[in-house]
Amino acid sequence: MLRLFAKTFKTGIVTERIKTPDSAELETLGIEIKRHIDKHFSGSLAIREVDAGSCNGCELEIHAMNNPLYDAERYGIHFVASPRHADVLLVTGPVSRHMQTALLRTYEATPSPKWVVAVGDCAVCGGEFGGSYASCGAVANVIPVDMTIPGCPPTPETLLKALLGLMKGKGK
Amino acid sequence: MSATIAETTTDWSNALLSELETATIQIEKKQGAVPQWLIEADHWRTFAELAHKLDWRWAAGWAEQQAKTFLVNSCFAKQGEYIWLRTTLNGKKPQLPSQAMVYTGASRCERHTQDMFGIDFTDHPDSRRWIKHQAWPKNRYPLRKDFPLQGQPEDVSPSDTDYQFLRAKGTGVYEIPVGPVHAGIIEPGHFRFQAVGETVLNLEERLAYVHKGIEKLAEGRTPEQLLRLAGRISGDTTVAHSWAACRAMEQAAGINIPPRAAFIRGILCERERIANHLGDVGAICNDVGFAFAQMQFTRLREQWQRNQMNMFGHRLLMDCLVPGGVKQDLSNEQIASMEQELAELRSELDEIIPALDLNSSLEDRLFTAGFLSVKTATDFGALGYVGRASGQDFDVRRDTPYAPYDQINTKVVVEEQGDVASRVWVRIKEVFASIRLIAQMCQQLPEGDIVTAWQTPAGNSEGLGMVEGWRGEIISYVRFADNNTITRFYPRDPSTFNWLALEKIVLNNIVPDFPVCNKSVNGSYSGHDL
Repeated sequence: MLRLFAKTFKTGIVTERIKTPDSAELETLGIEIKRHIDKHFSGSLAIREVDAGSCNGCELEIHAMNNPLYDAERYGIHFVASPRHADVLLVTGPVSRHMQTALLRTYEATPSPKWVVAVGDCAVCGGEFGGSYASCGAVANVIPVDMTIPGCPPTPETLLKALLGLMKGKGK
Repeated sequence: MSATIAETTTDWSNALLSELETATIQIEKKQGAVPQWLIEADHWRTFAELAHKLDWRWAAGWAEQQAKTFLVNSCFAKQGEYIWLRTTLNGKKPQLPSQAMVYTGASRCERHTQDMFGIDFTDHPDSRRWIKHQAWPKNRYPLRKDFPLQGQPEDVSPSDTDYQFLRAKGTGVYEIPVGPVHAGIIEPGHFRFQAVGETVLNLEERLAYVHKGIEKLAEGRTPEQLLRLAGRISGDTTVAHSWAACRAMEQAAGINIPPRAAFIRGILCERERIANHLGDVGAICNDVGFAFAQMQFTRLREQWQRNQMNMFGHRLLMDCLVPGGVKQDLSNEQIASMEQELAELRSELDEIIPALDLNSSLEDRLFTAGFLSVKTATDFGALGYVGRASGQDFDVRRDTPYAPYDQINTKVVVEEQGDVASRVWVRIKEVFASIRLIAQMCQQLPEGDIVTAWQTPAGNSEGLGMVEGWRGEIISYVRFADNNTITRFYPRDPSTFNWLALEKIVLNNIVPDFPVCNKSVNGSYSGHDL
């Protein structure tokens, strides 16, 4: 047990400061809805992540937002286990046809007001997989999308900045 | 430097040949990097029985449509030796005796082939559809040449409600359906549990939710385009899948990559192994509430990924390989900083690992949980750390060494304890082994080019590439048309077999231990579903 505490103290606090995006950055993220978000979710964002067909690359980087260097939770961004608890659906992947109904049901199960963020090139525009007999392509082809975060995959910093952009007065 | 796997027949294949002779089964042999044995379809099952008797492992199975016929392939392996078995089927009514009655591990590969090609495996123990849900109609087969890439999908593909799961009845037996959308940040799949009290009586997996048509998308691609796709079969295995696809394509084109490129590929692949092992060991500890390890390991993983960004331009190392070599060279300064990085990682681990080792609450949860016996692992052909924690002493890097592993010393960690703890310890030991391997590769890094110029392969040329990824052996098959484009691509991810093992691993464990059992295997959904 001593070793554990020794290592914890030696490691110290490694969490880094993240700057909230300025207005130019916000614009590139396409956040027209920021006003509404500020009104409804000030201070906290409950996210349900839905992999709708991703290669798992985006999931790895979404996970990384929770590591001690980014520590997304300090900003009130937290991941919840059910869409019924969520404000935001973070959707990755081209939507595989086998996940289409599941994604629609997840969307319906999320209480309003709700926002959908498409994460990664595949979710934004279909990416490497595009549309086919097996894939619906972009998330917007299946459910309404409010914000997109491109990248293959987007880095945790990009993700965090984009999500901070959704919130008011956090991370400054 | 593409490896010549078995130019001449060896004791193992001779023993198999003499068994075949006794059974009066004719084999036509074709020399190649992997020897190809052609056989009559009628003997398909008998061949498997003989191979099984001599302890060959069933390593992969896939099919292909020709003008008027279907080719069906199986790959068998023993002690690092591979045999590529092939038969030709009538295009009108393709039918073949199933090998899954002999090799349980073949079951899902055959169901995959059945759904994608409409090939009928007679006497298959489980002929329910597998990859197909409801996205395309019955009696239509996406990998047939007359099936267009876009298909004719409905506006909304309905959910797959009429799939027949195994049912259990009796006092106190209840069913728990989980997924496809899970509670964590993970890939989608469905798990159907039958439980009594807290104990799992049976688990049935229903996968293929992330089937994206990778095999169909590969058709008509150039080598570069195929690599982009191969790097996204499973995002956590981007290097190893790209490497396997490269080895198959380079074999088909008959080109050897420069020694320096092989070493850099080796460094990339070992880095990928370390990144994934670090993340997963932390996550497994987190699944039993040991947050210390989660915080420490995710911190190390993040630093590791940032260094990858600086050195190779991508945090997950995507698109670092090119046909014939690697995209980017390593400077002497980068080598020096990598050696420094390895020393730092080792000293961090030397402080963290003892804290895990001596923790009784961790021991209490991980030891004996999620047991996989040596016999079950052998039956399924379990791969990577899942196999190696259950006595499967096998590693492509050591047993069928390809450059750079033919020039360095690869030690393989094997245990027989078979529980979650054992899989964790095998992975921790593999991290240390990979640190040593990268250090060796840095020291021995040959001078020279990093790419061999690509040569258009002759029409119809084929390649079969094996690579030891972090999850285990990957086997990739490619065939070229005559204009430098791919006509068939099949990547076999190690998860194909390890998912089967998970159904057994979780038996008699408590339902709340499923996440930790699952994480200790960490099968790829995307790599399996294709």
